[in-house]
This record gives sequence, C-alpha cells and structure tokens, in this order.
Amino acid sequence: MTAVLQAQAVVSGYGEVEILHGVSLTLNEGEIVAVIGPNGAGKSTLLKAIFGLVPVHAGSVQLLGRDVTNLSPDRVVQAGMSFVPQTDNVFPTLTINENLEMGAFVRRDGLHDRLERVYGLFPDIASRRGERASRLSGGQRQMLALARSLMLDPQVLLLDEPSASLSPKMVDSIFDKIAEINQGGTAILLVEQNAREALSFSNRAYVLATGENRFEGEAKSILDSEEVGRLYLGA
Amino acid sequence: MSMTVLDGRFTEALTRVRDRLAGRGDTVTGIGLWLLIAVLVVGSAAGSTQLFVVGVIVGSILALGALGLTLIYGVLKFGNFAHGDMMMMGAYIAFFFLTGQVARTSREDTQLPWSLDSLPHAVDGIGDLTFGYGLIIAALLAAAAMALLSIALDRLIYRRLRRRRSGIVIFAIASLGVAIAVRSLMFIIWGPDPRVYVSGIHRAQHYPFGVVLKTDQIFIFAVAVALAVLTYLLLFHTKLGKAMRAIADNPDLARVSGINTEQIIVWTWAVGGALVAVAGVLLAVQSQINPLLGFVLLLPLFAATILGGIGNPLGALAGAMVVGIAQEVSIEFFEPAYKPGVAFLILILILLVRPRGLLGAKI
Repeated sequence: MTAVLQAQAVVSGYGEVEILHGVSLTLNEGEIVAVIGPNGAGKSTLLKAIFGLVPVHAGSVQLLGRDVTNLSPDRVVQAGMSFVPQTDNVFPTLTINENLEMGAFVRRDGLHDRLERVYGLFPDIASRRGERASRLSGGQRQMLALARSLMLDPQVLLLDEPSASLSPKMVDSIFDKIAEINQGGTAILLVEQNAREALSFSNRAYVLATGENRFEGEAKSILDSEEVGRLYLGA
Repeated sequence: MSMTVLDGRFTEALTRVRDRLAGRGDTVTGIGLWLLIAVLVVGSAAGSTQLFVVGVIVGSILALGALGLTLIYGVLKFGNFAHGDMMMMGAYIAFFFLTGQVARTSREDTQLPWSLDSLPHAVDGIGDLTFGYGLIIAALLAAAAMALLSIALDRLIYRRLRRRRSGIVIFAIASLGVAIAVRSLMFIIWGPDPRVYVSGIHRAQHYPFGVVLKTDQIFIFAVAVALAVLTYLLLFHTKLGKAMRAIADNPDLARVSGINTEQIIVWTWAVGGALVAVAGVLLAVQSQINPLLGFVLLLPLFAATILGGIGNPLGALAGAMVVGIAQEVSIEFFEPAYKPGVAFLILILILLVRPRGLLGAKI
C-alpha cells in the first residue's frame, strides 16, 4: 500500500498555545481513516495543520510524496487535497453553482465538465443550482460543502465532523455519500465526534488525546478494544 | 402539575411570542422604511422636480464612491475612512494630468511643461459638454493612478496590519491616518484654493417639468450608471467578482477553497480606487475641487453605504440615491450648509431602527 498522506511528529497550535505535541498519522491509497478522541484532543487542529490553515512548528506533512508543510491552502488544493470545515462550510449569499465554481477557483479550464460530474454525484442540489446556498437545509448544505470539495477531483479529502448537528437520517445519507466518494478512489481522513458510527465504516483509526497519539489500528479492533471503549467511546 | 413546570412552560411560551414579534418587527421596519423612502422620493419628484433631478445626479456620483466603500468593507471588513479624501485625490490627479499645474507658492501656480490640455483640440467641448477629450483621458489616467495608489497603501499599511492580525478598530484608525495624510498631500501640492477643470459660465438647457440642466450633468449620470452596471457585471458574472463575494461571505472558507485572498484583496483595492477616482472627477465637474471636500463627503458616503446595508453593492446604489436626493431636496427647507447634516440624520436614523440597512444580511 502506498501512503498518499503522511503527517510526521506534527507540532502545532495557535499563537503561543501549543495544541499538538508531535502527532503522526498515515493515510494510504483508497482508505478511509478516522481520527477520534475526546473534546480538546486536537482533532480539528490536526486537520487544519495538515491543510496549512494553522502553522506547523515542527514535523512535516507529505502529500503524494511531496512536502506540503506550511504551504498556503491554495497551493495545497492545487497539490490534490481538499478540506471540508465543520461549520460555515458554504458561501450563503452565493448560488449553489457559484459555490461549486469557487471550489474550482485554482483551475482555469474544464469548469463545465467538473460541474456536471459533481452534479451527477449530488442530484439533490443539481436541481437547485441557481438558488442561494442560504436557502438549503442543514443536510443539503453539508452535501453542497462535500460537492464543493470534490470539484478538483482531489486524491485526498479531509472532513471535519461531517455528521455534526445533522438529523440521524441525514447522518446516514452523508456517511453513504462519503463511502461512495471513497469508492471513486479518493482517500479520506475524517475527524468524528460520532466515534462508533465513524469506526463502523472506516478502515483504520487513530485515537488522539491531549494533542498526542494514544492508539491506532484497524477500526474494528479499536471498536472491540475494551480500553478504548471505556476511555473514549463512552461504553 | 408542579408550579415549576408551569412556570417553565409559561416562560417558554413568552419567549416564543417575543421571538415571533421580534421577527415580524424587523419585517415591519423594513417595509416601513421602504414606504417612507418611496413617499419621500415621489413627493420630492413632484414637489421640487429640479432639486430632485440634481439629487439623482449627486446620488449617482455618491453611488460610485459608496460602491467602492462597500466592496472594501465586504472583502477587508473595515470602514475605509480615507475614502472621501481618496475621491478628492482622484479629482486632483485628473486636474494635474489635464492642466499640469501644481502650486509652488500659495499665490502662484507652477506650470509643468507638459499637460493634456496642450494637445490639439483637447479642451474643445464635445457636443454641448463644457470639456473635451482631454478631461476624459485625464479621468482614465486618474482612475489608473488611484488604483495603483490604493494597492500601494495596502502593501504599505493594511497588509502589515493583516499579518499582525490587528483588530477592526486598528484598521479603521489607520485609514483615518491615511485620510489625514492624503488631505495634507493635496494641500501641499495644489494649495488650499478651489479648482475647476473648465472655468467660465456655462449655459444650461431647459427640459420638461421646468428642469434646468447642464449637459455635463447628464453626462455625469450616464457615466455613473455605466460604471455601476460594469461593477455589477464584474461582481456577478466574472470569476474575480464571485471570489470577492465569496470572501465577503466567508473569508475562511474562501481560503480553504483555494482562493488566493491576498490577490483578490489587491484587485478589490484597484476596483475601489478606480471607481472613487472617477466619482471624484464627476463631482469636480458638477461642482469644484477642494481639498476639504473629501472629509465632508465621508458622511454621505457612509450614510449611503450603511443605509443600503454595509457590504451589499446593490444596497450601496440604493442608499446613495436616497442620500443624494434627500441632501439636495433639503435645500428647499434648510440652508445648503446643512446638507451634511441631512446625511448624518439618515445615518443616525438607520442605525437606530435597522442597523443592518435596507438590503443587508440579518445580524
């Protein structure tokens, strides 16, 4: 298996405050990997550091064999990685079509084909392409946010709590969609509060606590592990 | 049923009623404001047609300034207090290219050896206009110069503040500093006396409903409308404009999407600077160039922007028209010196009853 994304001993934080004290993880081709852990473990910060939104003070991030440590987000996007933030992940006053167009901002060509491919994946929003994103429901917004991140057909996708604040029914369809995207060949690294659900459809998982790696392994074995269950899954 | 449960239900019901009333109250205020504006506009159009028409022309000039102000607010998230002085600077730069004059002493101008008005027929009036193609070229050069100056100021000052993650107040105060510096520069280079592009008395034309207008004023309105349409096309039909709106909507997501926000900021200053320069030239054609006028303009510009809903370009156009008309028609009732007071009154009223403005997003 080849690694598409590798974070090595990443130290990162906001200003003087250090949140990650040397976190490492690997995402292989075709995998879905979950990062779970209690609140304040640094899960979101890890994604942001990987994506160049929060400075990496030490350690490195490799994407498709290329060093992308502290590269600006527009460069990271060009290198083949997209990111869907947890909240505020659409442009509310822009139309759905314009939201998707912004997802392909770094490219000049092939906008029409990209739009049609993404609309094919998300038929629900395709019929409303001229409407403002603010008129969409919570679930549809999440779909639009996913769609935007797929405009450049990224090889690696980072998802920050894709199921947060959605109804149980919507959570299922979002996870189905994520699995479908993964089947299309995109490797996915996702942070989830909804740990059991996330583990049930991930290949592997990392457990983070207080900015450090605690456990890693097959998703199934983590799900079965008594210690992890007691400490982090609220069993 | 215990009292606490009842009490809880009661509070809940009360909150619900209050929320619903508040929501409706906002809609009522909105409709009320639009109605009030409609009445004022129709009333002044019928009652004092001449002042109304002049108000529309002044409003169209203000609109170009307000458009730039609202764009800069949307993308950079601060009110640019230098915008009025930038407007005057644009007028002066056009004056400089046209006449080649700078004031060396307070009494005597220094004439540079080159200027646009020395080109053949450059000052011959086009049709019924008082000015020739020289001023049009000068205005284009001024727009380019102000675009570059705005970008330079961003590099020099605002970009540094962004890197330091300074707060919005720091940005606003810095722009106030820029305003004072630009104003002083105008005093130093061109002196305190008012200037005009074309001197002499010009005849006006008579139009139906007793309206008397100079052809220059119709030209001003046409240019302002054309530029407003161009700005609209830029914002809604080009990738650059959509990116500007995306940053105004959600700067973090814009970065995440791969939009190079620093590059878009540079373009925003260029567009805002060019628009405000043309606004300045048009204002100077309508009245005069005066280094103190920039500060006076700040009030109507901000009133227009906030009335329309700060950050909303269509709102800025509507707001500028209302402020322009209100200011001119007020002459019917008050001394012309109170014109800025009218803008101030509008500003206070809108901040009291509906701070998000006519077309602004809910706060």
